[in-house]
Amino acid sequence: MTTKLLFDRIDEPGLSTLDVYQRRGGYESLRKALAMPPEAVLHELEASAIRGRGGAGFQMGKKVSFLPKGGMDKYLVCNADESEPGTFKDRELMQKNPHMLIEGIVIAAHAAGATRSFIYIRGEYVLQADILDAALAEARAAGFVGERILGSDTSLSLVVHRGAGAYICGEETGLLDSLEGKRGNPRLKPPFPANQGLYQGPTLINNVETLATVPTIIRIGGAEYAQLGVETSTGTKLVSVSGHVCRPGNYEIELGIPSREIIYGLAGGPPAGRSVKCWFPGGSSSPVLTGDDLDIPYDFDSMAKAGTMLGSGAIIVVDDSTPILDVALKVAKFYRHESCGKCTPCREGTNWTVKMLERIDSGEATPMDIEIMASVQEHIIGNCLCVLGDAMAMPIGSMIAKFRPEFEAHIEAARARAGRVDVLAAVGSGAAGGGALAGAAAGATTAVAAQGAH
Amino acid sequence: MSAVPRDAHSSTAPGWDTPADLEKDPATIPDPATTPVPDALRAEIEGHMALYPNFRSAILPALEAAQRVHGWCAPEAIEQVACVMRLTPAELDAVATFYDMLETTPVGRHSVYVCTNISCSLCGADELYDAIREAAGDDPEFNVRSFECLGACDIAPMASVDGTYVGPLTLDDVPQLLDDIRAGREVLPDKQLARRPCADSGARS
Repeated sequence: MTTKLLFDRIDEPGLSTLDVYQRRGGYESLRKALAMPPEAVLHELEASAIRGRGGAGFQMGKKVSFLPKGGMDKYLVCNADESEPGTFKDRELMQKNPHMLIEGIVIAAHAAGATRSFIYIRGEYVLQADILDAALAEARAAGFVGERILGSDTSLSLVVHRGAGAYICGEETGLLDSLEGKRGNPRLKPPFPANQGLYQGPTLINNVETLATVPTIIRIGGAEYAQLGVETSTGTKLVSVSGHVCRPGNYEIELGIPSREIIYGLAGGPPAGRSVKCWFPGGSSSPVLTGDDLDIPYDFDSMAKAGTMLGSGAIIVVDDSTPILDVALKVAKFYRHESCGKCTPCREGTNWTVKMLERIDSGEATPMDIEIMASVQEHIIGNCLCVLGDAMAMPIGSMIAKFRPEFEAHIEAARARAGRVDVLAAVGSGAAGGGALAGAAAGATTAVAAQGAH
Repeated sequence: MSAVPRDAHSSTAPGWDTPADLEKDPATIPDPATTPVPDALRAEIEGHMALYPNFRSAILPALEAAQRVHGWCAPEAIEQVACVMRLTPAELDAVATFYDMLETTPVGRHSVYVCTNISCSLCGADELYDAIREAAGDDPEFNVRSFECLGACDIAPMASVDGTYVGPLTLDDVPQLLDDIRAGREVLPDKQLARRPCADSGARS
């Protein structure tokens, strides 16, 4: 049985109230932290080696240490914009244990020297935002948030700020622009938020789960926390499992267990008689894996080595009843909708990808469209201010790479349905004609890529 | 099988193809003397403005408040927010057109956001959305929208009714769902996310 640090008795009635939370030892970590100098608190965070739980997986302690020293206004922003498809872990944490997040925010602010903090919560999470508002009012009244907290020198204001429906506002710099009252367009990095963030001031931005883990790290000590999980992915992680599984939901696991244990052991696997066709290990932004990859350990580095990513820790399972084109089109449409429009490769590339996938389905595509589509994905990656474009290009690219025969068959079948078989015949039979054109397109792609390298 | 339009370009700003009206005067900050604002709305907006080091951060909460009063981000709503915050309506329009929850056209009274993203779609959300839309018809009580991932994939397929998450929904639930909304009742109480226990059995002691 996994140690439950975040989900320990999470359904206890009244846990969202200060009364029950304190009865269970809540805010003791805050007392302990306030009695320590900020450097000592930072040391515990670094010793824990906890990696960001929002998707990027950057070491939290290291990020806190990037904030400049000095008496200038510093900000802490909690990224509660959880919008990565398949992810719903922060929702459960905020709804059922809001005080744990608030306590984590105050401790982290103490370590970073932040004086003003904001929880940017997605506007759709109405219930969770209301619960946070109520918990914050309790915390303020009890003196855990505000001026000279518990008689210490640390003061912190905390505002719950509701978003209004935009995936890109989960991207840290898109979030900052949105929080400043603008359209949520991401910014060029560097400069990083640690130096120029909210209102151009030093800002620490962390995910809900990361901050919610801080009270535990202070309670048991960073070194103790690092004993859990595996060396480069320490601790426990909440994993949201959804799609074609019998028991979708959030599960707290120790990082490094085989993925099969999560998908089949905890979530029950696909319905009887069906098998895993492909699965996203880290939300819809992650390259897909197949049924052959179920024994890969679920941790940051193993996933990276497998050519994908752990991301937000959201596993979406697709079974063999679903055509790959449906998955690709649904995913591509999401990114086209959510592209903020600032950078051309993303704004146009997401649109082209959707159109090409639609043409594959409508019978208007030829095998060359697969080459062009693959090429478009390559030209999006690494060429924009943020990784939303990459977030479409990586999974789509992986689907093309792993399911190419199915895409080709889909093209042929759709063309036959639309009565366009004669055009394919004129071009040459599937292998020869398509191969020649595909070869030409691939050659052109290589030439462009070579030019781009100079 | 309909042809995919070849010249349908991408843009994330509605009105991209609409030419600017050059006959109009430049946008100005609305004059309080000629822009009546309900007291409660003014107080709410000013309350938000006071929370931030930079008052512009209150734009989003202010627009949401005005939308609650007017039913959508109507020109009148934008004018009122602009007047209180001393900004131009154009700046507020730029923000309002970016966010999915801010309605820039008149909509039905009760929002029904049906998630049609990947996890819900794998569980039949597209058929559910079609069924709800058809059943709602053009009843002004309902604003039925297909929405991106609402963060409730564990109850897929699901919908958010005026902010309340309900699921997993079946096609049989659709009449009851709309009925509950019309009657002002709690929507499908047994299917509300708020009542759902954690899936992780180890979380219970």
